[in-house]
Amino acid sequence: MTNTPYPLDKADLLQAYRTMRTIREFEERLHIDFAKGDIPGFVHLYAGEEACATGIMMHLNDNDRIASTHRGHGHCIAKGVDVHEMMAEIYGRSTGACRGKGGSMHIADLSKGMMGANGILGAGAPLICGAALAAKFRGDGGVGITFVGDGASNQGTFLESMNLAAVWNLPVIFVVENNGYAESTAMEWAVSCDSYIDRATGFGLPGVTVDGTDFFAVYEAAGEIVKRAREGGGPALLECNMVRFYGHFEGDAQTYRAKGEVENLRANRDCIKLLAQRLTETGTVAPAELEAIDREVNALIEDAVRCAKAAPPPVAADLLKDVYVAY
Amino acid sequence: MSRKISMKTAINEALDLEMRRDPTVILMGEDIVGGTGAPGEDDAWGGVLGVTKGLFAKHGDRLLDTPLSESAYIGAAIGAAACGMRPVAELMFMDFMGVCFDQIFNQAAKFRYMFGGKAETPVVIRGMVGAGFRAAAQHSQMLTPLFTHIPGLKVVCPSNAYDAKGLLIQSIRDNDPVIFCEHKNLYGHETEVPAESYAIPFGEANVLRDGDHVTIVSYGLTVHRAMEAADALARDKVEAEVIDLRTLSPIDWDTIIDSVERTGRLVVVDEAHPRCNLATDISAFVAQNAFGALKAGIQMVTPPHTPVPFSPSLEDLYIPSAEAVAAAVRRTLAPSPRSTLAA
Repeated sequence: MTNTPYPLDKADLLQAYRTMRTIREFEERLHIDFAKGDIPGFVHLYAGEEACATGIMMHLNDNDRIASTHRGHGHCIAKGVDVHEMMAEIYGRSTGACRGKGGSMHIADLSKGMMGANGILGAGAPLICGAALAAKFRGDGGVGITFVGDGASNQGTFLESMNLAAVWNLPVIFVVENNGYAESTAMEWAVSCDSYIDRATGFGLPGVTVDGTDFFAVYEAAGEIVKRAREGGGPALLECNMVRFYGHFEGDAQTYRAKGEVENLRANRDCIKLLAQRLTETGTVAPAELEAIDREVNALIEDAVRCAKAAPPPVAADLLKDVYVAY
Repeated sequence: MSRKISMKTAINEALDLEMRRDPTVILMGEDIVGGTGAPGEDDAWGGVLGVTKGLFAKHGDRLLDTPLSESAYIGAAIGAAACGMRPVAELMFMDFMGVCFDQIFNQAAKFRYMFGGKAETPVVIRGMVGAGFRAAAQHSQMLTPLFTHIPGLKVVCPSNAYDAKGLLIQSIRDNDPVIFCEHKNLYGHETEVPAESYAIPFGEANVLRDGDHVTIVSYGLTVHRAMEAADALARDKVEAEVIDLRTLSPIDWDTIIDSVERTGRLVVVDEAHPRCNLATDISAFVAQNAFGALKAGIQMVTPPHTPVPFSPSLEDLYIPSAEAVAAAVRRTLAPSPRSTLAA
């Protein structure tokens, strides 16, 4: 862990583990509470994909912007959005990140550079070009990261934005979170090229593919392209091959997946287990330190759920509020 | 100092003044500079009809030519607006909205509400609307009702150079997303315009002509048809009040209702397709809120429910004429409701 241009000290590694565990616990808890009927609307879980958000976001600060997807909880947590506000938002409470008016698919916190989860696939790509353009005009070194799944990688907005970012030389990183499924449709079937690198190359962008379940692989690749973008080197594409532990949305019976597929992924490609294993086997961290984090994370999520359930819903007057700044 | 200039020049002037005033104002669009990367002259076009001509020389890199990718650059304008800039994006013809509408109605229009009041998106999307240019079905539409329908958007459509300048300056200073609709057949229309900067507030209609017999409400190019009709009617001692809405969202309901309560008669002239347009919207509002004041059925003057045709002989039939407006007024003056149906 020292033979890298982006060294991580023990505190960084424990923080990475904490972030990934927080996302996992958040999502596992939502899975349970959604099944109980506690949560209104649509929920898309990020469980299994934590290494990607965490490995990338550790290179960013509040000045850097991200545009997320419908599967956005992991991006929010890794970007520093308050977990209590997120949970309250998902419960539709007035204390939520969006005061209960956005829900799971629209959590945003612009003060943290989180420009919103997005219910429209691929819509974040043009927006992040604008965020990067603003950073370029300000000259503050800020970068923009847009996430798409393998599904939204087929959207025109994504492809157009790669071209625009290249033409305007914008500090944008296009992250393809390839979990193999666009809802229920296989990536192998729906994506016409063999590799996302080919698509990046077609737009004149460098592209990198990494094992998205390997925190270190994501962290190092992201470090390189974020640095490049910050220094004016322009846009790049990062493909993270990753796994989805749950369905497209909660309630998805996932009959399109192979028998035993998810069990196998959980046993062999769980990014958190892999990180914990590497940290403990190398003697970097004692198992008890990780267990202590686990307990703290469990308590945090428990408290977030308790607070969300106790929080008041928006009041009737909120229905008409905040359509415009002034009208 | 005031002088007579065209609406095109007035728009150019508004952009220039706001760019001088506020460094966060940037312009982007297809060929708004023109010739970028090409071997010939810089600033070759200044927009397809020359509206932004000369601004590149004054403001340089704050004008960005874009690839032909409306979704990408309109979205980028919106994203930049959410990050502290005040972009004015030119969507050459508003008809092209079809390829980037998601960024406008699902993104820009919803950020503030959906994010619990924590976002501001001060973007202006300006572009050409309207028929009469022999530009056929995909370059001639008056799509104002589509934008007016969406909460979170503001919609502006000036009828003259003076209003265009003041309303565009207001649009750029406004903290909400604004769709600024420029009627291409008004670009050459000249009025007295002060050289200095001024802003016209949204939601304030302009009463262009006072009258006690009938209220004619319109916006954009058809305001001029309404005025021509009013002049013709005056020769028959019919005094029409003509209201130019100027902004469609917000809309000045008070001025409309006050006028109808006085005249008892309403004709709404809208260049948009006839179903679910401003004419139906205003008619419904007046019927609901001032029914008791009405002395006759409300009349709507619109194009037919067809795409805009190409052939000049057909396009001239398509656009609401002054004669059609005057005929509609006369129907409201007919002695019985039955005769208004027959007309």
